[in-house]
Order: sequence, then structure tokens, then C-alpha cells
Amino acid sequence: MIQSVYIHIPFCQHICHYCDFTKFFYNEQLATEYLEALSNEVNVQVSGEKNPVKTIFIGGGTPTALTHLQLKKLLSLISDKFDVWNCEEYTIEANPGDFDEEKAKLLREYGINRVSLGVQVFDDVMLKELGRAHRIEDVYKTVDLLKQQGLNNISLDMIYSLPNQTAEHFERTVKEALSFDLPHYSAYSLQIEPKTIFYNRYKKGKLHRPAQEEEVKMYEILKKNMKQAGLKQYEISNFAKPGFESKHNLTYWNNDYYYGFGAGASGYLPGKRTQNIRPLPAYIKQAMDDGKPVLRIDTIGLKEKIEEELFLGLRKLSGINKNDFQSKFGFSHDLLYSNEIMHLKQKGWLIEDVETIHLTEEGILFGNEAFEYFLLEDNDLEAIALTKK
Amino acid sequence: MARKQENVRNFSIIAHIDHGKSTLADRILENTQTVTKREMKEQLLDAMDLERERGITIKLNAVQLHYKSKSGEDYTFHLIDTPGHVDFTYEVSRSLAACEGAILVVDAAQGIEAQTLANVYLALDNDLEIIPVINKIDLPSADPERVKKELEEVIGINPDDVILASAKANIGIEDILERITEAVPPPVGNPDEPLKALIFDSLYDSYRGVIAYVCIKEGSVKVGDRIKMMANGKEFEVNEVGVFTPKPLPLKELNVGDVGYITASIKNVGDTSVGDTITLANNPAVEPLPGYRRLNPMVYCGLYPVDSNKYNDLREALERLELNDSALQYEAETSQALGFGFRCGFLGLLHMEIIQERIEREFKIDLITTAPSVIYEVEQTDGEAIIIDNPSMMPDPQKIQEVREPFVKATIMVPNEYVGAVMEIAQKKRGQFIDMEYLDDIRVNVIYHIPLSEIVYDFFDQLKSNTKGYASFDYELLGYRPSKLVKMDILLNAETIDALSFIVHRDFAYERGKQIVEKLKELIPRQQFEVPIQAAIGNKIVARSTIKAMRKNVLAKCYGGDISRKRKLLEKQKEGKKRMKMVGSVEVPQEAFMAVLKMDDE
Repeated sequence: MIQSVYIHIPFCQHICHYCDFTKFFYNEQLATEYLEALSNEVNVQVSGEKNPVKTIFIGGGTPTALTHLQLKKLLSLISDKFDVWNCEEYTIEANPGDFDEEKAKLLREYGINRVSLGVQVFDDVMLKELGRAHRIEDVYKTVDLLKQQGLNNISLDMIYSLPNQTAEHFERTVKEALSFDLPHYSAYSLQIEPKTIFYNRYKKGKLHRPAQEEEVKMYEILKKNMKQAGLKQYEISNFAKPGFESKHNLTYWNNDYYYGFGAGASGYLPGKRTQNIRPLPAYIKQAMDDGKPVLRIDTIGLKEKIEEELFLGLRKLSGINKNDFQSKFGFSHDLLYSNEIMHLKQKGWLIEDVETIHLTEEGILFGNEAFEYFLLEDNDLEAIALTKK
Repeated sequence: MARKQENVRNFSIIAHIDHGKSTLADRILENTQTVTKREMKEQLLDAMDLERERGITIKLNAVQLHYKSKSGEDYTFHLIDTPGHVDFTYEVSRSLAACEGAILVVDAAQGIEAQTLANVYLALDNDLEIIPVINKIDLPSADPERVKKELEEVIGINPDDVILASAKANIGIEDILERITEAVPPPVGNPDEPLKALIFDSLYDSYRGVIAYVCIKEGSVKVGDRIKMMANGKEFEVNEVGVFTPKPLPLKELNVGDVGYITASIKNVGDTSVGDTITLANNPAVEPLPGYRRLNPMVYCGLYPVDSNKYNDLREALERLELNDSALQYEAETSQALGFGFRCGFLGLLHMEIIQERIEREFKIDLITTAPSVIYEVEQTDGEAIIIDNPSMMPDPQKIQEVREPFVKATIMVPNEYVGAVMEIAQKKRGQFIDMEYLDDIRVNVIYHIPLSEIVYDFFDQLKSNTKGYASFDYELLGYRPSKLVKMDILLNAETIDALSFIVHRDFAYERGKQIVEKLKELIPRQQFEVPIQAAIGNKIVARSTIKAMRKNVLAKCYGGDISRKRKLLEKQKEGKKRMKMVGSVEVPQEAFMAVLKMDDE
């Protein structure tokens, strides 16, 4: 049973300098065609109406870049197909500024109950450097607007380790973000990805990232301030008041299934992870032709499933529940990973208690190093097969 | 097919990399219907994957073609391919010795390049008839008139003789084929004289033994003949002769002027030394053909498997490669840091890179290559003289009476506007100015005596980039001369890493030490702990830097549920570690062992 849905809206009024997601400059005609193609994809993939789901996430791009009419079309497509009123968490991503009262009302009318706001940094000069269109005052206006409509479940996204940013500078951003007293915050360290403006600048030596030492300092500042404000860290980059953890993102970390609709979207269905075609014309054509605009399918066998269970699950501070693992796979994680777990414990990166294994604070800093331990060799599973016999 | 000697034409193609040699060769094969369009693989002569990727030719190839001229005569052509890089000058001279003519291909936009010029002079040395072709005339940037003028000024070619062509667009190919029949003389040998077959290459085939590539200069040879190698007197019975079309095509007999192959159950490639003459055992020639100068390896480096369990695989790979590459030498050696491996000798840096790549690709062995070195002679204080081909074996300074290193006489031909640039490079490379002579109004020969060790690094690359590619460069060994050389050791985490030691002139030692510790700091990734890097001469530390401890490695980003991407990242990280070598407690990537080569980048 697939309980989560991700829908990608690849349009933006402005392209940020660091963004490597599937995105295109907004064009009204193209957006209209896109929504039609998306509708076809959803209808081919999911039969029936008002299907029950637990979480829906509309991401981008910038979903709010759509016109009022287009947004309405998108939301009614979703509420026809899925039972949005009984959906536990229905999130839309939004940029401060490209938002008005009418759009906020629309979200409310169609059952959206959570907004993820891309704030990034409280510094107008840096926002400009990032290629962001909004300014600090837009954040205040947009949060007010949302709250007026009763959309109080807001998540505020930040990016740190920005070019020329210091730890002190980031602390000011964190404090200003916390002054909104929102139930959820995310903070991601900037990744320089290929095919972005930042990447080109970086290659030419024109972009100076803070040193690793500074980045660690920022992360410590983030954790300290969140804790003081009563927000609990539940994943590497995510903090929430109790009960406000993002259920949709937890779908990913819990290694549960989800649909991925739209250009470039990723989905996870039993036995396979899929990725959709990214270029818009190709996506639209394929989605209109047969409703299956899939670019790539990665088979997820038992080996991959186990690996992902671990390297995704350990991103959560609560880690992996040993009983859950046992009941999901029919054997204990110890059969495969006792050596790795011993090593990681010795390094001080991992703790094993009665119910769980989870990373320590130090272990989280070296998360990628720790996750690597859980990649299996092809013959590792033979041992399992033998024991089970 | 009956065949008249006067209708045989043997030629090769001389061109700079990228000027269209392979495309032209393909087009010639196509237009003579040697291969049909359907069989045509792009750039047929460059068969090895590596050759095709790098756009260069390494091993020689010889193909027989048939051409009916406009006058209705039937001709037999042999097209012999030549490599284009300075490391393989030796191979070029081999292939040119088998020809009477050469097609000189020059890019219509770029004009004549230095490397081509060197090969043109080789061709002229061999008395070859040159057929000048300006290629790529269909390019928008083409300027054939300028290039014609250049050819006239630089090589003295009559502009009226130049053929304008585009191999890509199939323009001018017929003209070239006609010109070959008119201008290139037929081979001159006498079919009734005793056999003289020049070996210009050889190749080992596991089923047929050694295949000798030969050009028949006198007489003839057929299956069943008993042949004799004139160099060592060994005799064999011929079991196959033939030509390449480009597939091997067995024939009854090879005659004067033929370029083809001989197999005779020869087990050892060493028995068919390139440049040797094959004759008949019962009717031997009196004198062998003039051979080639045999080149000894110039550059030595250590090759080690990243995974120590692959040592035997590496030995087998080298054995296999050696069969087809007589210039490659190797012997086993041991490094404290890297374990068991081999010290290998190469003709030059490109040769080294190609062998390294072939081992990694064809034999799937990840390698660590230590920085290349030349052979040093050391006279110790106890009077004993030793030979050093591995820098880590250099004795301590107090035990050294004198160190001698090989010097070469470097002749650099360059347009006069670049003389300053050439001198600057030569000076930096410890060159000693000898002479400068004007060849004409523009061209100058600059002569330097330079240590070979400076040349094997990046001399040629620097020369090219600082003269816009106009400099051509040749060198010959002068012999050994005393130099103030010292061994520089590198310590990681206070441990000397023998594989990183190198030999450097005392006057440059401090600067080099500083450069290399900085370079290593860049190349070695952060570890879980801090790693000091030191450069030392004897017990004296001359430079130091520190790789800071890794503080963080975690991907914060969510990637919109794209878990496959996260997985790839982790897999890549794991793969990357496999390609690193654990040296003491430090994980060192392959590139770090070549750091000494990359110091001049900045």
C-alpha cells in the first residue's frame, strides 16, 4: 500500500544559483500543458478516486509560481485523486514573496495543512548572491498571510555554509528564524552541485566556501539554538516541536513507499525506485502518450532494501528499531552487520541499546562514512539464506 | 593476382594529432574498396580502444589496397600507419623505412605543427617523396592559401603541388590516389636477389606465435621456406605469409615491395628484433639492411597493484604486454609503503601512461604509479659505484662521493619570436646553453645540454604550450655528468614513504620541498586525524605542512526523495577508498604518488 505522494512542479520565476533540481523558467502556456500531462500521469498510475493516503508533498521548483487558475487546477486534480481531507500531512513548498491572500485561501480551501517556506538566510545581500528573488521583509509578510488563513503549520528552510558566511553570521539567521516561533525548521549545508551557477564559479575559483571547521561550528550553533528554543532534532537537518516532525520526509527515512509524479520526480514502489524524465517537452510528450514518463528504473532487491533501511534509518536520531527490522525482514540486523556495528561503536559513532541502534552526535557529523559501512557485498546475503534454511 | 613491381606503391601518412590522418586513412580504404561502407568502422586503422579514444596511433598497422588509376593501370598500395607522438619517434622511423612516399596532412585552419615538422624531416631523411595535402578545407576557418605559403616557406614545397582536400567530406581523395601513382616511386629491390625482409614491427599471437611485420626489400619468401634472422642466426620454417587487407590475408608468396607478415612458429618476440633483416637459410644475403637505432628505456617508475593480492595478475599483464612491446622493461621490486610491485622502463611519459592505462583497462588492475625517474650513477665514499633507477635506493648524503645523471643534447627548432620563451624554459630546467643557429629568416635552432630527468617530466608539454605548438624538439643522449643531486624523502605522519622519495638538484631542493608538501596537502583527502607532511633531505626537514583532520562528512540535503542519488554517492565514496592505498595509517590516493610531476602546474 502506497501511503505517500510527491508531486513536482518544475517552474520558477527565478533560478537560484545553487539549485540542481528539475526547474524551468515559468511560462504560462508550458505550465498549462505540463499540468495536463501531470494529470494524465497521475490518472494512469493511480486508478479510482479519493484514494486514502497519509502524506502529500508538492515540491519544486516553485509550486506557487503557478497562476491562481493553474494552482486551482493542480489542487483539484490532487483532491479528486486522493482523499486530502483525511490526509495527515499535506504540504506545499512556497517562496516568500510570490504569494498573495488569494493563493493562501486557495491552499486552505483544498485541504493543504502545511507550508514549507524557502527562507534560506536572513541577509538581503546574501539572498541576492544566492539568486533568490525574495527579501527579508517578504518572509514577515508571507508568514503573516499564512497565519491569517490559519495555516500555522509552517516549516522554515535555511541553507548554511554559504559563500563567505561565518558562524556568527549564521547564528543571527538562526535566531531571527526562531523568533517566528514556528513548529518546524530545516537547515541544509550548501552543496555545490554540477550544472549550477555556483558550480561554475567554484570551478573557476571565484566562490569561497567556509572551511570544514567553520561548517561544523555552524552545525553546533544550529543544534544549540534549536534545543534552547524547544525544538527537537529528529533527523540530520530537521528540527520540530513534539508532534510536528514532517511525516512526509519520515516516509523517506523510514524506507517506506511513495509515488513520485511530475518531471524529474523520484518514486519508490515495491521492488523499484523510479526517476521521471527531466526535460519538459520530453516529459510532457511521454506523459500524454502513455502516462509513463519514466526515465530510469532501479531494481531494489533484498540487498538494496536492507542497505537503504540502514543508511536512511540512521539519518533519524532515533535510528533503527531492531524489532521493526526483524519483523520487516524476518531476521536480525546482527546477522549482517555485527562487525560493522562493533567498529562503529568503537569509533564512538554509534550506540546500541535494547531497542535501537542510532548514531551519536559525532557519528552524525561523519554520517556518510558511517553509512558506507552498511553497503553490502553481493555474497553477504548468502549467509542469511543459509541461516534461514 | 599477377602484379608488377613497378605498380607497387608504399607510403605512409604524416600528420599532427587531430589534423585528420585517421579519417583520411579511412577514406582511402573506402575509396579503394578495401573495406565496404558497411564494414567501415570509423577510423579503422586505430583499432585499439585506447588509440581511438586518445585519437592517437600507438602500434603500427600496414594495409594492402588495390587501386585502378584513371589511365586504367592496376596498382597495389601499401599504407603504413605512423604514430604521431614524440615518444614514438622510433616507431615512426621504423614505418618510414618501409616506404617510398609519405602523404603530409596539414590542417587548413591550423597550419603546420611542430611535431609534424619533425616527422617531415624524418621522411626527408629517408628520401621519401612527399605528397602535401591540406585537409579540412570545408571548415569555415580554413585558410588554405596561408597554409600553402607556410608549406612553401618552411619545407620548400611548391604551392602548385599541394592537394586541397576534406577527408570528412570526401573531397580530393581521388586526386591523392592519382598522385600516389604518379609521384611515389615503386620499390627498387631485385626479385632475383637473396631475400632481405625488413622487420618493422612484431606482435605476439597466442595461436600462431610471433607475427613479424615485414617489408620485402629484395627477393621473395613463401610458405615452407627456411628463414634466418640475420641478427642472431636463428632459423625457422615459414608457415604463413600474407598481407593485411586490413584483415590478415594469407598468400603463397611475398615479393619485393610487399608489405605484409610472416609467421614461422616463433615463440620469442626477442627473436624478431625490430630493424633486423630476415633472409633465407639456404640462400642468405651477404649483408643485412641498415637497422634502426635501438632505443633503451629512458624513464623508470614503480608500478604497484592497489590491491596487493593482484601482484601475480600484474606480473602476467606485464608479461603479456611485453610480448608486443619490445621497448617495455620490468623487474620485481619491493616498497615498504606499497608492498610488492615492479620497476618498469619506458620510452617516455606517454608510453608510460599508455601502459598504465592498458593494464588498468584490459587487465582490470588498479595501479599506483610512482613518479618517473631516470637512471643515476652513484660513486660511494667507499669507492663502490652503484646504479640507481629508484630514488628511494639513493644512499645517504654522507656516503656519496659523486652522483652522475644522464644529460641530453636538446635541439629545439622554433620560429625566432619564441626563442626567448624557449630559453626561459631551458634555463629553468637546468639547461646549459650551447648554440643558436638561424636556419633561414624565421627558423632558429636552439641547442642546450639538459639533464634527462628534467626532460622526462614535462619539458615537452611546457615547450609546446609556450611556443603555441611551434617548437619541434629532438634529443640525443650525451652521457653521464656529475650533478649536485640529493634525495628528498617525504614523511606522512612522521613515517618515511619510500614510494614518494625523489631526486632533486640541491639548489632547487628547498623550493621543490615546499611545493611538494603543499601539493600533497591538496591531493591527500582529510583523514580522521591530523596528518603532518614533511620533506626531508637526510635527517633535515626542509618543508612541512599539515592535512587537517576531517571534521564532517554528511550529506544534509534531502534531494526530494531521490534515494538512488544518495546511494550512488555512498557507492562512489566506497569505490574511491578502494582506489586509495593504505600507507601506514594514512589513505593515499593514486594521484599523490605522481605529485612530484604536477608541481610545475602552478
